[in-house]
Amino acid sequence: MTSRLRSHIPLPALGLFPGAVMMLGVFMLLTPFPSSAEYGDVVINKRAEQAGMRPVIFPHWFHRIRFRCRVCHTEVGFEIRAGSNNILMADIIEGRFCGKCHNNKIAWGPQNCQLCHSGLPGLESGVIGGPTTGGPSKW
Amino acid sequence: MKRRLVEILLVACTGLMLAACSGPMQEQTVPAASDVFAPDGPGRWLPIIADGLHDPTGPGAKQLQNPAEALFYLPSAFSGNKVRWVEAIEEGYIEPRPSILDSNYKMQVLDLDVIRTRTGEMPMVLFPHRKHTEWLDCGNCHEWLFKSKRGATRFGMFDVLSGEYCGRCHGAVAFPLVECFYCHSVRRKDLKTPVTELEMHK
Repeated sequence: MTSRLRSHIPLPALGLFPGAVMMLGVFMLLTPFPSSAEYGDVVINKRAEQAGMRPVIFPHWFHRIRFRCRVCHTEVGFEIRAGSNNILMADIIEGRFCGKCHNNKIAWGPQNCQLCHSGLPGLESGVIGGPTTGGPSKW
Repeated sequence: MKRRLVEILLVACTGLMLAACSGPMQEQTVPAASDVFAPDGPGRWLPIIADGLHDPTGPGAKQLQNPAEALFYLPSAFSGNKVRWVEAIEEGYIEPRPSILDSNYKMQVLDLDVIRTRTGEMPMVLFPHRKHTEWLDCGNCHEWLFKSKRGATRFGMFDVLSGEYCGRCHGAVAFPLVECFYCHSVRRKDLKTPVTELEMHK
């Protein structure tokens, strides 16, 4: 099969083919996804829209300028996996999760609904944005 | 005939890719320069109102800080947030608080490099504890995700790409997985001592 192909296709073209496929692969890896929000933004929409609010957008970049990872992922107790933290607004108001800082003492309090609940309607929960590979399950 | 087919297929694929990439880019409205404060304009970071995630008609979108405003003066990178976060801390550009409970808390920095040697044809992986412990506690990774004992945690690149182990952060928040050689940074031929003696050093 290979020898037959080789006799019909000029040599430079044969060299071009794997190159083009590789270029395509690199292209696929490097092109940004349609949703090009800031890298590390988390959409939290397990309950928000069902309760009639906009989805919550959590910007990692904003928070890591001001706090180290351990503050939220050790002291506040957020698990390092989008979707595994069951955040209720009642918890936040009582000072758990986001409410540990967003309490009008360290940061603005939970009365500022619109600052967190600022997402477009219909967004799915999860970490969104940035040139990640998305993992083999998503290719 | 076959060659012609392949050519057509390639052109079609490239066209589709280009269409897919340029479509959403054109839809986004480019804001006025006054909306986004950055010396080189809003090019590197999308403003809140046009990032495809925030609702530009909502009351919050205009009150939130734009990424460009905060990130343009930090050491720059090509991927992720376009910021070298570890350098930003080490060179003093930012000083994120290490604790909200204890004002005197100091980060427990551990200066220990680990080399993972079984990486196939790729260069070996160097894991610097120091860069990670400037952000994280030991308990964020040990012992539930990574065992402290050498060689006790077995995982592969496939796990990482699926969001497990290193992929819990890298590919989501920490620098993305397109930067192969940030981690795969030790070439075998550069090592003078045998690999077995070097799995943990310093």
